[in-house]
Order: sequence, then C-alpha cells, then structure tokens
Amino acid sequence: MDKVLMKGNEAIAQAAIHGGCRYFFGYPITPQNEIPEYMAREMPKAGGVFLQAESEVAAINMVYGAAGAGARVMTSSSSPGIALKQEGFSYIVGSEVPCVIVNIMRGGPGLGGIQPSQADYYQATRGGGNGDYNMIVFAPANIQEAADLTAEAFEIADYYRNPVMILGDGMIGQMMEPVLFRETPKRAIEPKTWATTGTGGTREPNIITSLHLDPADLEKHNLHLQQKYARMRRNETRYEYFEIEDAEFVFVSYGTASRIVRNAIIELRQSGIRAGMIRPITVWPFPQTAFDQLGTQVRAVMAVELSCGQMVDDVHIAVRGRWPVGFHGRSGGMIPTQREIVEACTALLEEVT
Amino acid sequence: MPVVFQPTKGLTGVEFHYCPGCTHGVIHRLVGEVLEEMDVLGNAIGVAPVGCAVLAYKYFNCDMHEAAHGRAPAMATGVKRVLPDRVVFTYQGDGDLASIGTAEIVHAAGRGENITVIFVNNAIYGMTGGQMAPTTMVGQRATTCPLGRDPRQVGYPLRMSELLATIEGAAFVERVSVHNPANIRKAKKAIRNAFECQRQRSGFSLVEVLSNCPTNWGMSPLESLQWIKEHMIPYYPLGNLCRPATEGHDDA
Amino acid sequence: MARARGTVSFETDRCKGCELCTAVCPVDIVVIDRKSINRKGYNPATVTDMQKCIACANCAMVCPDLVIRVERVA
Repeated sequence: MDKVLMKGNEAIAQAAIHGGCRYFFGYPITPQNEIPEYMAREMPKAGGVFLQAESEVAAINMVYGAAGAGARVMTSSSSPGIALKQEGFSYIVGSEVPCVIVNIMRGGPGLGGIQPSQADYYQATRGGGNGDYNMIVFAPANIQEAADLTAEAFEIADYYRNPVMILGDGMIGQMMEPVLFRETPKRAIEPKTWATTGTGGTREPNIITSLHLDPADLEKHNLHLQQKYARMRRNETRYEYFEIEDAEFVFVSYGTASRIVRNAIIELRQSGIRAGMIRPITVWPFPQTAFDQLGTQVRAVMAVELSCGQMVDDVHIAVRGRWPVGFHGRSGGMIPTQREIVEACTALLEEVT
Repeated sequence: MPVVFQPTKGLTGVEFHYCPGCTHGVIHRLVGEVLEEMDVLGNAIGVAPVGCAVLAYKYFNCDMHEAAHGRAPAMATGVKRVLPDRVVFTYQGDGDLASIGTAEIVHAAGRGENITVIFVNNAIYGMTGGQMAPTTMVGQRATTCPLGRDPRQVGYPLRMSELLATIEGAAFVERVSVHNPANIRKAKKAIRNAFECQRQRSGFSLVEVLSNCPTNWGMSPLESLQWIKEHMIPYYPLGNLCRPATEGHDDA
Repeated sequence: MARARGTVSFETDRCKGCELCTAVCPVDIVVIDRKSINRKGYNPATVTDMQKCIACANCAMVCPDLVIRVERVA
C-alpha cells in the first residue's frame, strides 16, 4: 500500500493488520467506531477474525483468551469502554499475555461527550485495574505516527509479553492525513511455547492464569513483573524535543494538544520569546530524563493538556522543583486556541520574573 | 485382571481441594473421562471460572485458562476463534455463569459458539462462604438471605438451561444430576453428547449439572445428595432441552 | 453366567471420609473405618467382606476424590 489519505481510526486498524494482528474483538463506541468497522471489512480478507462482542467486558476477555492461545490480537474502545476493560487489562498483565489496546479518548467523566480529550491519562498511565501493573502507552500526535506505533506495538507486546496501549483521542481518530504503512522494526521474540495450543500429548499442560494464592508466590511474581517494567523504562521511553536547545520556556504536551503548542512556539519565537517543547511519545514510561538535559537558561515549564491537568503531575515529578511548573488545559472536548497558549506562556513568564 | 474402574488420564491426579463429599470431584472426573475416551486431551483447552472450581486448571490434564469471574464463555470464544479445530470447554459454577456472567453465556449461545459449557449448579456461592446465588431455592437459607430466599425481595431462582435452550444458536442443552450412580452415568452420557456436538461443529453445547454444597448447605454429604433429589430436581427438572438435528454420539 | 466378582482398592490418604460410597454398595460391604485415621485426619472408607464384591463400581462412581479402584476377579 503506498501513501494514502486515511482517517486516523482506519489507519490504526490497517496498521494493526500490517503489524500481524489477525484477531480483533471490539464493541461500538464513538469516536472509535471506524476501527471495528474497518476490521469487519478487512480482517477476513487478511485471513483473520473480527468479532463484535456483547460488551467491552466480553471483548477484552475474548482478547485475553485469543492472546493466551498465542495469537496477535487487538481491541479498541473509547474512554468509558476502556474503563469497562480495566479488570481485563490487569488479568492480562498478571498472566503475561501480549495484546494491543487502542483508546480513542473522548470527553468525560461519565458518559461525557464524544469530542477529543486526554482526560484518561491517569487511567492509562497509573492503571485503572487492580494491583501493581504497567503497560507501555504510546501517544501519537499524527496519523503516520499512530500507524507506525500501532504496527510496532505488536512486536513490543510479544517481546515483553505485556499489553501495549495506543492512546489517541477523537481528533487523532477522526482526522484524515496521508499515511504510509512501512517496515516495522522487528524484535527478537521468543516462540510462544507458553500458549495454550493443546498439549498434543507431547508436553505438560500450559496454564494461562493470574491467580497466585500463595502470597510468597504472588510477591515473587510481582517482583518479576517489576523487573520487566524497569526494562521498559530503560529501553522503551520515547519523546521528541522541539526547539529545545535555547528554550527559556519549555512546554510539555502530547498528542493533539502538542500540535497546537508547536504553532504557539513558532508564534512566540517570532515575538522574541524562546519557547520549546518536550513531547512525550510514550506517556508511560514518562520521559523524565528529557528534563535532565535542559539548559540552564530555562525559566519555566508548562504542561498543556486536553484535560483539567493529569500529565502535569508527572511533569512536577520530573522537574523536581528545579523550575516553576504551570498548566493550561481545556476539557470536555474543547480545544485550546494557539492564542490562549501564547498568552498562558507570557503570563507565566511575567509571574516568574 | 481387567480393570473396571480406575482414575482417568483426563485428570492430572492432583488431589482436589474440594470439601468432603462435594460432587465437583465427580463432575471433574466425568469431564476428564469423556475427554480421554474421545481421545482429545491433547487437543483440548479448558477455561476455569472464579468460584470453588477456580483451581480446576490444576486438575484437568490439558491446556487451561483461568478466566475472570463470569467471563469464561468470552475467553473460550477467543480461544475457539483462534483454534477452531481444538476442543474448547468452560467449567463454571452458578455464581459465575448465572450471575455476573449471564451476558457472556447468553451471547456465547446466541453466537452458536462452538464450545462446550459444563455448568455446575449447587444453588449457592461456595468459595466465598455460602452467599445466595441466582439459583438459590425459595426459602433456602444463605449468608446473604439468612431468613431464607424471599422472592418478594430477590425474585425466583433462574432456570438457565431452559433460558438458553430458547436461543437459536444453542445446539445441545441438557440438565443432569450427580446425586446417585445412575444419574452420574446419565450425566456422563450428556457430557459426552455435548462434546460430540462440538466435535461435529453443530454449535453451542451446555450441560447443567445439579450438584451439592454440604459445607454451606449445613448438611452431611449424604443428606446433601438427598436434598438435590427432594428440593432441586422438582424445580430444575432433569432432561434434554435441545439437541442438534443429526444426533451426535447417541448410544442410548 | 457366574456372578461377577471384584476387588476394590482404596488410596486411603486421598479419602475425606465423606461416606458417599457407603450408601451405594448393593452388597453393603463399603464402610467407614472408624479405627484408623489417614494423613488428612479423616476416617477413611474401606471394604469389610471383599468376597461379596460384585465389581459394580458404584462406590467408585460416587467417590468425589478418585480414591477407589475396582478390578474384576476372573
């Protein structure tokens, strides 16, 4: 497939197939409907299976079963649907089963709205399920990046035997941009000897379970998982610097919000204010080290989100008091204008001088 | 000397954690024997529930999944869709299937999912200490209906087999009991027919097995089998509720 | 045809003394051995008069813990 103009949701679905996904279990919810619809059309052509489940709860447990049987499998949903799937994520992480989960976020809380939002940041990065667990969470800012990350997510999930989340929002899902489905960097992945394919009478039964009733076992299992997350923190953290070398004012923003911040930075620089941005590509692991390489000229940092402020907590953690940290956000599906971001920057700069 | 009865290779031989006299052990044995006799153990993948049988994955001698409470039919669907030629079954209790997992079992039947469900109905939540289940009998005491189930408060017990048999996708649904040897033999035949239904891709199959809970019913094991006969069977009549048009393995 | 005869063996330490097997033997030879205790601390099931056994396997049929094995005597 050469370069094609495509809606984000459909690009993500195509990228999954391109990444080797052959099983998809989903459920209708705006604004991600085009993903299951695309899979319903295209998965059979790719020799795979699409199935619409009776609920998001059932869908994630179908994913859990299929992935436990060794398949590359994906599900997608949007905010409230992802909330319903949290228990499933915890089980899937607990039993070290790989899969890919897509959340095309919408306004909350509750039924909320269907416009773009980033208000599931805590849910995605702190985990909405029970127990100590993590998963790599990619936050694409455009459709090419969403496609690349989705395809690669299957490699990474299999490599770590852990789910990987693609965290988009209504804008990323609904917007059309040109996209290429290109080669995915491959990983050295162990054969799935743990999968339940049937013993064939030649091996001991494989068991997919997250149950460890003996507390000493469960702690040992937790420490094993924690080592895995430490490896993820070391090897999988990704971010982009934008105009950062001489920046005196550093924005921190991801996904759709970072696109608007990018324009605000260009406008600010034209008016003599040297602004720059750290754009997390993984929101888990959060790119804390990106802050350690900032120049001494930095005077303030500001998080810009489509929420009432969630990633700003991680910014505080990463900044560790070195600079004042501001926040600017819009919620409910409202999108900040370039002007209001420029004004938020100048206001904070006046405050700190 | 010819053996008349010996432990089945369908089970791992790990000792059951079940209470003395709990017929989960008998039902496990029947499923293990059927899988062994059909020679599909190497091809079988089971899904254990949350409940007393949560440790079933230690007992069945085949690949197993441990599902979240109520979600075994969805999990089994995922497995079956990936491995359509394997024999996939779930083993679930009444809290798992008839309470939190009602949507999953109804839609697995609705899809005619080609899996076999072993549904153990003992009219109570066992693992968690004797709470009321959707199948708890009217007047039966449980820790969450201490004065006995009052239908004006919490309605009547659910007859899941009848409910599921009305669903087009359900190819084989039968209710059996294990309260005496004769019924145990019939239960095994029904379980065999259910797995044959799956092997012939006729669609969704389920066997509801009336079982006991001496500990939480507050009875001796022998009294509990009597209770099944006197109280449960009148409300949950035994028999086949639907079978595929072309009979599977009917050695009647 | 001569009446079938059988022998019954118990994996005593698996038994939980639940008594189900004692109620289904057509020749009433399966009982709980009150004089001994197994590894689990239960009085295990046993057979009093093996000669009477007709190898029907009812006892094994109802045993929830795979304790009982039945063989036919030629």
